Amino acid sequence: MQKQAIFQSKLLPYALVAPQLAIVLIFFYWPAAQAVIQSFLLQDAFGLSTSFVWFENYLELFKDPAYFAAIVRTFAFSFAIAVSSLSFALLLAVMADRPLRGSTLYRTLLIWPYAVAPPVVGVLWVFMLHPSLGVLSRYLRAMGVDWNPLLDGDQAAALIILAAAWKQISYNFLFFLAGLQSIPKSVIEAAAIDGARPMRRFWTVIFPLLSPTIFFLLVINIVYAFFDTFGIIDTMTRGGPGKATETLVYKVYTDGLLGGNLGSSAAQSVILMVIVIVLTGIQFRFVERKVTY
Amino acid sequence: MVEEEGFQRYLAHFILWIGIAIVAFPVYLAIVASTQDNAVIANGQMSLLPGGHFFETYYQTLFVGTSGSTREPVLNMMLNSLVMALLIAVGKIAISIISAYAIVYFRFPFRMAIFWIIFITLMLPVEVRIYPTYKIVADLHLLDSYAGLSLPLIASATATLLFRQFFMTVPDELLEASRIDGAGPFRFFWDTLLPLSRTNMAALFVILFILGWNQYLWPLLITTRDDMQTIQVGIRKMITTTDALTEWPVVMATALLAMLPPVFVVVVMQKLFVRGLVETEK
Repeated sequence: MQKQAIFQSKLLPYALVAPQLAIVLIFFYWPAAQAVIQSFLLQDAFGLSTSFVWFENYLELFKDPAYFAAIVRTFAFSFAIAVSSLSFALLLAVMADRPLRGSTLYRTLLIWPYAVAPPVVGVLWVFMLHPSLGVLSRYLRAMGVDWNPLLDGDQAAALIILAAAWKQISYNFLFFLAGLQSIPKSVIEAAAIDGARPMRRFWTVIFPLLSPTIFFLLVINIVYAFFDTFGIIDTMTRGGPGKATETLVYKVYTDGLLGGNLGSSAAQSVILMVIVIVLTGIQFRFVERKVTY
Repeated sequence: MVEEEGFQRYLAHFILWIGIAIVAFPVYLAIVASTQDNAVIANGQMSLLPGGHFFETYYQTLFVGTSGSTREPVLNMMLNSLVMALLIAVGKIAISIISAYAIVYFRFPFRMAIFWIIFITLMLPVEVRIYPTYKIVADLHLLDSYAGLSLPLIASATATLLFRQFFMTVPDELLEASRIDGAGPFRFFWDTLLPLSRTNMAALFVILFILGWNQYLWPLLITTRDDMQTIQVGIRKMITTTDALTEWPVVMATALLAMLPPVFVVVVMQKLFVRGLVETEK
């Protein structure tokens, strides 16, 4: 698609794209290229000489049980966060998608957590479920749960998943509501006339019509769980106890902080890049089939 | 008309209120905790009703900071966050709208190549290029500066895409008409295109402001001086000290202050916010 009416100028268009192009080249492509190059190099212990080692850094990573565990963990987190947040948000959206009194108020009261930053989410949840002073921990202990996410890895993981899912409810709710409202009422009425009860109507009519939204949100939630949980993890558990809550992004960060192996750190970045490319690719591949707003 | 029984209606209200309670509870706790005495909280004896230390806590938080080693008033952190968020939001909109203008309204060699170069940055979030970018920013002596905080995040494929799509829908007649009036590329952009883009810019600004205010990983890496800390980084440092020394009322007050501006924007500019959110994901 192209415009027919245009301006004639040789230099002006370059001047207009120059600022963005400069930033993109200096702060995006140059570092990305650095990471790729670096991932094929091996530096000796003193940083005096580097040699080209092909895929050795990558092979080392995949042979490393800790890295493999981080991959599995990241996917498990993403899945748990996406499923729990999506299903709860869908329930709320279905309830809100009807002429209720105060429906705009409900929407307002449900969407604001979108604006809460991940580290703040972490702080709020850590306070609520802190082993010694958390308000909810009292009730958990009263119920006989030996609650201590600072020591128990599974509990720490559950805490991260809950907090991350909590933040994402608002986003999912908003898009589910938009998706539900775009389903023509006549379709639902037709099903009702055919005698389908509400539950049946939901699973046979509404849910299938909502599947593009669900798919789109699934990808968005996975991207969110991969990258935006960094702030939550960093304020809640720092990847611990042990490495129980260390995701791929968190591992790149901590490995880099420790200095050490530049090649391995770069290879980790490149693997993350590939993951983003795949996820964005999936998102764009299906973008046309998404609901229209 | 689909049947709507009384019971179902009540059930819907009930479930929605449970949802709201779940969403609001952690924040309610923070509000309560920020008004109570630290010793009581540290004992695990926190009450679920607000206490009487509201003014004391917020005065200390905003103007003094924690009693620990990093004594930085939160007001100063908020100022840093504000500057960063505004630079990111305004910067992204400014450089994106002019690139989109060039790409849509001019024909020049490498036009599409440049478009794709900008587009692909979508796949290079800061998380995948942290340390190399850090090195470049350090080499440019931009650590601990507002430029360092904002510049590496300021490119925007989404905004460029959005403006491009919008410009494509602007009728050609407008350009022809203003050309007859003797307008050049600058006049047309300033007098015709910018006013038309106002709603798009506002919606985008709302989303980008929230995005900028909530940045965490990048400021965490490149700010070392306490007086350059953003509020998101500052709050993390408040709970790094040994657990027993954490001043929870101050931490909770900081958490609330950190979420105040973006939540305010979402609630007050809800229409623009929803529009921006939906548009940027397209």
